[in-house]
Amino acid sequence: MTNVGIVLISHSPKIAEGAKELIEQVVKNVPVAAAGGTDTNEIGTNVEKILSAIDQVYSEAGVILFYDLGSAMMNAEVAIELAGKGNIRIAENVPIVEGAYVGAVESGMGHGIEQILESLGKSFKK
Amino acid sequence: MELTVKKAKLWMEALNEKIQKHKEYLSELDQAIGDGDHGVNMARGFQEVMNKLSDADYATPSDLLKDVAMVLMSKVGGASGPLYGTAFLKMAMATKNKEKLTEEDLTLAVEEAIKGLEQRGKAQLKDKTMLDVWIPVHHYMKQNSPIDWGNLEATAKGAMEATKELLALKGRAAYLKERSVGHIDPGSVSSYYLFQTLAETMKEGDE
Repeated sequence: MTNVGIVLISHSPKIAEGAKELIEQVVKNVPVAAAGGTDTNEIGTNVEKILSAIDQVYSEAGVILFYDLGSAMMNAEVAIELAGKGNIRIAENVPIVEGAYVGAVESGMGHGIEQILESLGKSFKK
Repeated sequence: MELTVKKAKLWMEALNEKIQKHKEYLSELDQAIGDGDHGVNMARGFQEVMNKLSDADYATPSDLLKDVAMVLMSKVGGASGPLYGTAFLKMAMATKNKEKLTEEDLTLAVEEAIKGLEQRGKAQLKDKTMLDVWIPVHHYMKQNSPIDWGNLEATAKGAMEATKELLALKGRAAYLKERSVGHIDPGSVSSYYLFQTLAETMKEGDE
């Protein structure tokens, strides 16, 4: 069985790459992809980058998208609509670094996508 | 008056010119209450739109609007990409297969765009966003048949200026809370340009 994939969507390529590095130091068996910055690697987000990150980590187990600021979430939603695949979800109102870390750890333990989302909701309840 | 493919293209050309000309102003407004990239992002996005439209032929305005949407979504890094992209995509979907768009068609297209914007941005009227221009303009279109395009432009302008006194509840400006009051919302200005250039294009009369 494959583990749930993690996609990191940040306005900054460095944040996305940095969070990926942080996770991969600890969690080895979970596919993680970074989608940071615009198509020219400036500050912003890019739908095509997000789509390609989803492709890199996609499996039947599903993919969770983590984002940093509002418009990153909008592009995440657009990407999900364009991807046309099931089981791609957004971790809403969860901080990207800590959230993706928790998500990756849980995915590495073999938890399913619903269980991970529920656990994220509990961990980062306001 | 109807919107043909030719006119839809003229509209996009006029809008692009307007945005390029006021690029710095849009970014200045955004520097005050956002991340300061609205002018640059819109200018870049619409330049790409022009590149795409210049060597393409379209059977319907819907096909053209769809390409505008796809370019904006893939080329604009800020919130304006997914938001304007969604607005144009919804307008394209609402007018599918129609060779010419009547005023009723356009009114419906704007209505669908608003639904898309509300869903995408999770915003509503008075949140100090582009919707504060789109919703009053749609209201005007719905109440007036035939549409007086001069009045429509004035409606859009008044609505844009009224965002100055609003407290931002969505977008990057919302982090500033009370400090967002006293500044015009940049997205409402680019939306005003969109309706201003549409009105100008429609006023030119049918070819």
